[in-house]
Amino acid sequence: MLTLEGLRVVQDDFQLGADWSVGAGERVAVIGPSGAGKSTLLGAIAGFVPLTSGAIRWQGARIDGLAPGARPLSMLFQDQNLFPHLSVAQNLGLGLDPSLRRVDWAAVETALERVGLAGLGARRPGQLSGGQASRAALARALLRARPVLLLDEPFAALGPALKAEMLALVEELAGAALVLMVTHDPTDAQRFAGRTVLVADGVAAPPVETAALFANPPAALAAYLG
Amino acid sequence: MARGAGALTARITAAALAFVTLGPLAVVMAQAGSGGIGAADWAALRFTLWQAAWSAVASVVCAVPLARALARRRFAGRSLLISALGAPFLLPVIVAVLGLLAVFGRAGVVNVGLRALGLPEVSIFGLGGVVLAHVFLNMPLATRMILQGWQAVPGERLRLAESLGFGPREIWRHIEVPMLRDVLPGALLAVFAICLTSFAVVLVLGGGPGATTVELAIYQAVRFEFDLGKAALLAVLQVLACGVAVGLAGLFTVPGGFGAGLDRAVGLPQPGGWRRVCDAVVIALAAGFIAGPLLAVVWRGAPGLLALPGSVWPALAASVLIAVLAAPLAVGGALALALGRAQGLRLVEPVAMLPMAGSSLVLGTGLFLLVFPWVSPATVALPVTVLVTAVMALPFAYRILLPEARALVADYGRLAASLGLQGWPALRLLVVPRLRRALGFALGLVAALAVGDLGVIALFAAERGATLPLVIQRLMGAYRMEAAAGAALLLVAAAFAVFWICDRWGRGHADA
Repeated sequence: MLTLEGLRVVQDDFQLGADWSVGAGERVAVIGPSGAGKSTLLGAIAGFVPLTSGAIRWQGARIDGLAPGARPLSMLFQDQNLFPHLSVAQNLGLGLDPSLRRVDWAAVETALERVGLAGLGARRPGQLSGGQASRAALARALLRARPVLLLDEPFAALGPALKAEMLALVEELAGAALVLMVTHDPTDAQRFAGRTVLVADGVAAPPVETAALFANPPAALAAYLG
Repeated sequence: MARGAGALTARITAAALAFVTLGPLAVVMAQAGSGGIGAADWAALRFTLWQAAWSAVASVVCAVPLARALARRRFAGRSLLISALGAPFLLPVIVAVLGLLAVFGRAGVVNVGLRALGLPEVSIFGLGGVVLAHVFLNMPLATRMILQGWQAVPGERLRLAESLGFGPREIWRHIEVPMLRDVLPGALLAVFAICLTSFAVVLVLGGGPGATTVELAIYQAVRFEFDLGKAALLAVLQVLACGVAVGLAGLFTVPGGFGAGLDRAVGLPQPGGWRRVCDAVVIALAAGFIAGPLLAVVWRGAPGLLALPGSVWPALAASVLIAVLAAPLAVGGALALALGRAQGLRLVEPVAMLPMAGSSLVLGTGLFLLVFPWVSPATVALPVTVLVTAVMALPFAYRILLPEARALVADYGRLAASLGLQGWPALRLLVVPRLRRALGFALGLVAALAVGDLGVIALFAAERGATLPLVIQRLMGAYRMEAAAGAALLLVAAAFAVFWICDRWGRGHADA
């Protein structure tokens, strides 16, 4: 269980609070207007945004003092998920060993096969399409096998069909991992997430059933959906 | 957020740099002052400021028409000429002086011509010669800085000017003058600061009561009068002058003047008529002014190559050794500081600029005072020269690396952190591959400067253990001009070779 315990982030005139838990294996969407703090919430959980107060726990143990790489999670960013000067296989290998010295390259090839990139390990990221690059980043998260997966709109630049395909792939590969996914598209939330967190007016509200949320949207969400 | 091994390395580097810069300064301060400041010391300070001011103004006055001509004309060889403007920065100062002597000296082309016409000769020694050499060395740098100003004029503004029917006069008044007002203070101060600590030029072309700078007076106090208290006092004066100049420069944003795209299609109008002729004349004069002394060195040095004195070869080896040691030291330190700054360590910035408040001979004097009671200075000449050269070059390397380090952290900092990529693996897999081009350029620049540097070594070296620039200066002092020119040719080849090798390494595998 991931627990945000009285979490508060204050930066100049921006603030964000959250105080709730989500269970292992859940699929949770994070939705809300631009600038409300969706990415800040994920950044705080991942360790890129310092907490002003509060705590973050995974299975009861505090993780907010850990360096980003030591937290029990993987994160896919909006862009720059792959190092352009390393091969696709090396980019995946970083998920197993950041020094690339003790990498099980057979496991890397298996991960590439599972995301449909078999045989493309020797390429550079620049030689991949946008969809293929997303698959490679996902394959690395798969190799890291952390119990939490944070998606900060990594598929936002893909077309609707490709995005749906990627969400299906995440659903298939994430397995028992908890997935928190930022999106600005209600259909993503409805298709993918059992529960949804609404971020608005300085608060990340506790997750509620996605279907119920959209059936009876609170004022902030109604304004956002227009 | 700065944490982890990178931030620690940056802090340690900053502390080490502060120690090797401020330590000698503290020694100098402690030892200064027994005699008080004499009339000759004031004269040296006055001449230092005077020649630096003249050099800055003359360099910029020459650079403005040249930059303007280069900005608005397109001709065959233009990009070659712009690249060649970077060459004087790599050119060993002693070689430039030798070339200028060949053109403007008593037996030089210019005076031979003047004599043939029955006109009075010009002298290259004293204030005029010092300023001439400083213009030769710094006008290209000023030109590149000002040219960047011209190229940064937004195309939209030029289109607007054209749609309003502006002629060259209106463009000058409404676009070019405001741009120059922003760019010129930075260029003036950059050249002024460089000339404040100029040593090799003044050593050869200056001297005497009327043309001695503080830097030269320090050298004379240590080498000839052996008055270490006076040297320390002069070093304090030098630090005050440099500190004020660097502080002033900090008020203006000084443009880099090194790389950046110089071939962006600028829609500057190309007025015809007499303006076209003027631009052509300016470009031809500048090309001649830069190429003349260089060709003179080649022409005079080629025969000298066949009769090089034996002292040249160990000196060449010493110079290359200094470069090989100093370049990684300076660039490694600059990289640690730049990465620390890019991750948010603010204290790094003033520390990285600290060496600019001193000078090669100021640091040298402090180190001389430190080691003198214990060992003969000549025995530590090489390590001291490596250290001082690296410290003095570090701010240049830092300026080159900082934008690249910032981009690296902005683009890939989070990804690297989320994967736990840090320490040596991060250096090997991320920093060196991504920054390779900038690292190669910085290494090449520092190595070339180190090969050609004539500064602190002059304080420490005995008859043996000299570097090649020092040997050339001694040959010139002995009026063995042909041998000096031959050795100079060798030095130029060495300086450009080390630059080329490092820069080439940086450009290799540019496939990402």
